[in-house]
Amino acid sequence: MWSAFRRATSGVRWYVRELMDESAYERYVAHVRRDHPEAEVPDRRDFERMRTDRQEADPRQGFRCC
Amino acid sequence: MRTANVRTIVVWTLVALVAAAGWSVLALARGENVSAAWMVAAALGSYAIAYRFYSKFIAYKVLKVDGTRATPAERLDNGIDYHPTDRRVLLGHHFAAIAGAGPLVGPVLAAQMGYLPGTIWIIVGVIFAGAVQDMVVLFFSTRRDGRSLGQMAREEIGPFGGAAALLATFAIMIILLGVLALVIVNALASSPWGTFSIGMTIPIALLMGFYLRVLRPGRVSEVSLIGVALLLLALVAGRWVAESSWAGAFTLAPSTLVIWLVAYGFIASILPVWTLLAPRDYLSTFMKIGTIILLAIGVVVALPALKMPAVTDFAKHGNGPVFAGSLFPFVFITIACGALSGFHSLISSGTTPKMIQKETQIRMIGYGAMLMESSVAVMALVAASIIDPGLYFAMNAPSGAIGTTVQNASQVVSSWGYHISPADLAQAAKNVDEASLLSRTGGAPTLAVGVSEIFAKVTGGSLRAFWYHFAIMFEALFILTALDAGTRVGRFMLQDMLGNVYRPFKNVSWRPGLALTSAIVCALWGYFLWVGVHEPLGGINQLFPIFGISNQLLAAVALAVCTTLLVKSGRLKWAWITGIPLAWDATVTLTASWQKVFSSDPKVGFFKQRSVFQDAIDAGKVLPPAKSMDDMHTVVTNSTVDGVLSAILAVLVVVVIADALRVCVRHVRRPALSSLSETPYVESKIVAPAGLLPTREEKEEEARARDVVGVQAGD
Repeated sequence: MWSAFRRATSGVRWYVRELMDESAYERYVAHVRRDHPEAEVPDRRDFERMRTDRQEADPRQGFRCC
Repeated sequence: MRTANVRTIVVWTLVALVAAAGWSVLALARGENVSAAWMVAAALGSYAIAYRFYSKFIAYKVLKVDGTRATPAERLDNGIDYHPTDRRVLLGHHFAAIAGAGPLVGPVLAAQMGYLPGTIWIIVGVIFAGAVQDMVVLFFSTRRDGRSLGQMAREEIGPFGGAAALLATFAIMIILLGVLALVIVNALASSPWGTFSIGMTIPIALLMGFYLRVLRPGRVSEVSLIGVALLLLALVAGRWVAESSWAGAFTLAPSTLVIWLVAYGFIASILPVWTLLAPRDYLSTFMKIGTIILLAIGVVVALPALKMPAVTDFAKHGNGPVFAGSLFPFVFITIACGALSGFHSLISSGTTPKMIQKETQIRMIGYGAMLMESSVAVMALVAASIIDPGLYFAMNAPSGAIGTTVQNASQVVSSWGYHISPADLAQAAKNVDEASLLSRTGGAPTLAVGVSEIFAKVTGGSLRAFWYHFAIMFEALFILTALDAGTRVGRFMLQDMLGNVYRPFKNVSWRPGLALTSAIVCALWGYFLWVGVHEPLGGINQLFPIFGISNQLLAAVALAVCTTLLVKSGRLKWAWITGIPLAWDATVTLTASWQKVFSSDPKVGFFKQRSVFQDAIDAGKVLPPAKSMDDMHTVVTNSTVDGVLSAILAVLVVVVIADALRVCVRHVRRPALSSLSETPYVESKIVAPAGLLPTREEKEEEARARDVVGVQAGD
């Protein structure tokens, strides 16, 4: 019972984090470590800045509909 | 020969029976109130059958999605915009991106023809047109590294068709923004509660933006929870403000709201993304998904009775007060999002294809998410149909038609055959703490009344006013986000176009160019907003058809691109999959445009309207509903602009379709002349299920793939 509840809440937490792109940083770090091991990994602050700057440069990214 | 097992046959027969029962009751019941349960049954049953059979047929027989072929997300993975995303997450993502105010507004307005025409179009339309469009665009864009619709039109049809498609997209964006802003103005005018709580979303978003940028970068969930809590607080505080001495400061006339909104749109769009746009987007995604789930539960728990007739007299005579024109083509124009929406092709060919893990998931994301949006439209239709039809018409008819007092409105609405007493009209407004509900056109207030009715059934009547303002807030929130994001996209297109004339515009971060193009875009949609507010004939009444036409014309562009691609990629025999929806959509929209331009009924045809009012001006007369000579001149100007615009949009789309047809014919005659810009095949290494729930084989395959990785990692 308790473990089912724990599984459900961690599932919801995982889903929300993924959906809201909160996991973007971890994903990016994993990507850099795997595919470009020689490259430097930015810290979270710089990474989040880079992400919003990209959206700034091309607003079609993440555009929503009517 | 393949044989289906007995259980499958029994299950699908039952589903078919549920759907058939729903449809029969909806279509045949006369005289008594039908329960919304039947609408839910018809919708869900039909969706299930369409998803199981039709979408599977399209995915595996027509498109031949290939599970062994790597998607752009896998090949071009950069950890940011290209990255393989879990299918369930991407479904949520895609759904949040396609569903906005559109599916909530259109069905409410279309309810003036009764609930049946709208229901049929929403369900049949999504199955055969809307979901097909989304899925096929997603497929072709995925095979092209996530190219946008405009780029595909240019590459696959030609520069001429491509340019027309781009211009049409820009025009449509402007009209969309104007109409959405008008919906907000109509919902917030003289409503201190609503204006205060929506106004508070700006400081809340700024605070969230600061938190994410400076305090705790990237902690989206916690900041969104803080934001939602503050939002609910602002909503509760709205009532206190409305009852306090500050009420006057937040009781704004429509024309004041126009200035505020245009100023907001301009400032928001030149501020950095992190200050307002990004945090507001998190907030609206949370609210959107949360409210839609609540609404679905509310409808299923309360199962309210539909009070609107199945088909009203306005459907037969085409003289409805909400929007003019007959059932064909105008129901199919008014309900765009939820049945067939051209705008979705911009999402299906932009963000989503860069994130999809496997080609086999295109069915679930493209077709499935659109079915979900369609069910939102059905809920909106339920919400509009459960309120008293007298109240519905009093809320949605322009004040030029029903006057500004409850006595007058009651009289006029009763003369249409829907009885509601002045006392009931006044009480309805009082129930939701509003000064008046008369002529609150635009759909949002009507939807909010319907939603408050459903929620009040579950939570008790004392919360009715809270739920009304909750629903208004929920819609206004993502319309404001759309104004900001849409202005940015419009500006981006404009910068690109102007860059061809004067180079520096191409540099999107060149400050003067940025401010100038933002100002132009805001001025353009601001013009439509201003016109909509000051239009004596009723803004929504005049503008909503143009919005619907433009959205459906964009769908025609998308379907034309899809059909061309089907033909060019050797799927000629399946071209009807998008060809028939294209033919239907083109017929509907071009008929509507034709009527809007040439109809001799001044309520429908813009130029006839213009000449009637111009003649009256020449004769020195003032025609109702205009009250002064100024009003008369406003009508003449607006009708001219609206008429010219309808004509231009129609011509642009005819150009795109004709160009697409030329390419198709050329390909059939001399295939050697065509080129197809599909990315070459690369083998996929990702193992992931195709549908929401993995099948047994898929689970085994995943387990095997894990073992292989585990062995490698262990070495």
